[in-house]
Amino acid sequence: MAFIKVENLTHIYHPGTPQESVALDKVNLSIEAGEFVAVLGTNGSGKSTLARHLNGLLLPTEGRCFIRGLDTCNEQELWQIRQQIGMVFQNPDNQLIAAVVEDDVAFGPENLGMDPQEIRAKVNASLQAVNMAKYRTFAPHLLSGGQKQRIAIAGALAMDTDCLVLDEPTAMLDPQGREEVLRTVQKLHEERGITIVYITHFMEEASVADRIVVMDKGQVAADGTPREIFADVPGMKKCGLDVPLAVEVVWQLRHQGIKLPEDILTEDELVEALEAYTCQSN
Amino acid sequence: MLSNITIGQYFPGNSILHRLDPRVKVLLLFFFLIEIFLFSNAVAYGIFSAVAFALMLLSGIPLGMLLRSLKPLWWIILFTFVIHLFSNPGTPIAKFWWFTLTWEGIRMGCFISLRLVLLILMSSLLTFTTSPLKLTDALESLLSPFRRFGLPAHELAMMMTIALRFIPTLIEETDKIMKAQQSRGADFTTGNVMKRLRNMVPILVPLFLSAFRRADELAMAMEARCYRGGVGRTQMKSLKTGGVDYLAIAGFVLLTVSLLGIKVLA
Ligand SMILES: Nc1ncnc2c1ncn2[C@@H]1O[C@H](COP(=O)(O)OP(=O)(O)OP(=O)(O)O)[C@@H](O)[C@H]1O
Ligand SMILES: [Mg+2]
Repeated sequence: MAFIKVENLTHIYHPGTPQESVALDKVNLSIEAGEFVAVLGTNGSGKSTLARHLNGLLLPTEGRCFIRGLDTCNEQELWQIRQQIGMVFQNPDNQLIAAVVEDDVAFGPENLGMDPQEIRAKVNASLQAVNMAKYRTFAPHLLSGGQKQRIAIAGALAMDTDCLVLDEPTAMLDPQGREEVLRTVQKLHEERGITIVYITHFMEEASVADRIVVMDKGQVAADGTPREIFADVPGMKKCGLDVPLAVEVVWQLRHQGIKLPEDILTEDELVEALEAYTCQSN
Repeated sequence: MLSNITIGQYFPGNSILHRLDPRVKVLLLFFFLIEIFLFSNAVAYGIFSAVAFALMLLSGIPLGMLLRSLKPLWWIILFTFVIHLFSNPGTPIAKFWWFTLTWEGIRMGCFISLRLVLLILMSSLLTFTTSPLKLTDALESLLSPFRRFGLPAHELAMMMTIALRFIPTLIEETDKIMKAQQSRGADFTTGNVMKRLRNMVPILVPLFLSAFRRADELAMAMEARCYRGGVGRTQMKSLKTGGVDYLAIAGFVLLTVSLLGIKVLA
């Protein structure tokens, strides 16, 4: 059974009014436990709307959304779903609730009614996992954006979540903060097998995923490994997206008749291929 | 510009007063203040002052800092004192114009001002030794019996927690908006009151808009973390009443009994 299964999901905001807008249009998607899926798409393509369906913050207008077989439309199962799917949102300032870091991380477990010692243990372990144990007693407004996002991740981990859904967690961060957050997510995926759904506008971030889902106008436009997705440069451009710099360069060079391998993804790989190419032609 | 505003006046430390259960502190303070108003003989005031002084020393907070909390109310204390000097009938000492200074007036003035001073000092002793977060927890716990009568104890406490979390953020934001407006030539420092108020509008409008957006996103984040009100919720830092607390309560009972004794004997 797939971990996340989205069937024929349609979501219409304000149906029956003049502001009616179809944000998701018959989306089908299935994500296995332990996958790292990046979701790409232009502004308004329905990424956030999709993310919010995964833990029942929004309910489908049509279709269904299952988490480990639990239906988000079923009110009784909603809390179990929310415990398993941790959410991290874009704005680091608007998702921390308590005035002290450790209290904030404890917020989820407290809501689940765990007993105090257990909460304490979970809070310590989660702060350790995101490398923020030092900042236990800090006030959130004294932290950097990247640190705040890591606290938000710790807050989800403390609920024993199996899956993190991150909705552009790095959009408001500086390069260093972006790096910190992505590293943390990667580490949690690798070391704990946590399933990751990572929405982003940064192609370089998406290329570290196992799989990329491209959204366009409320539909899944493409779905495959980063190499497969980025190989289709015209397809990406049609969805209004860029490809990583290295891929773009290779694509342009291949158009000029320079025979480079097609599946280059990173700048290191590009440098290597170019070196090999120059050696060969000399 | 606004960054030097701090919330509350918590002074971190590890004295006995800091370690007391905040609920016990709030309740004892409450009863202590009632007793200040109930017992008004000279001996009782002597005892109250001695207790207050002992607690101030015990708290480990610099005396000057504690006394400074009197400053904002200094004028009110003085005013009350002067009013009482002249408004009590009794043995006249001197007469200024229509006002008669009496012995009873001096006595009463001293009592009332001392009462005010004690009230302020003891209350600030609470806020100096208890973090706002602990005060919030104490509030929730103490008010929870009244939930039966429809008092939203948990919701009030949650509101305070969120306020404590967001006040610094909103202050930072105000500062940013003010600077942005000033860089475009806005002027918040000159002109009469009306003009200054009118100049505040371009700050308040974006601030409110952003506060509403924040509230919206925060509500969503809370829901995503399984928040569903106070029912079935536990607390990591549950408040515990321990040895020190019973000691404090015993001390307070002793104080009350001796005050009653003095009153009966006198
Ligand atoms: N609360 C709302 N009310 C009405 N329409 C909405 C609402 N939220 C989103 N929409 C519309 O739904 C569509 C999809 O929005 P969504 O936020 O899911 O896009 P997105 O891919 O997350 O975009 P972005 O990259 O800007 O975050 C957009 O056309 C948007 O205008
Ligand atoms: Mg979005």
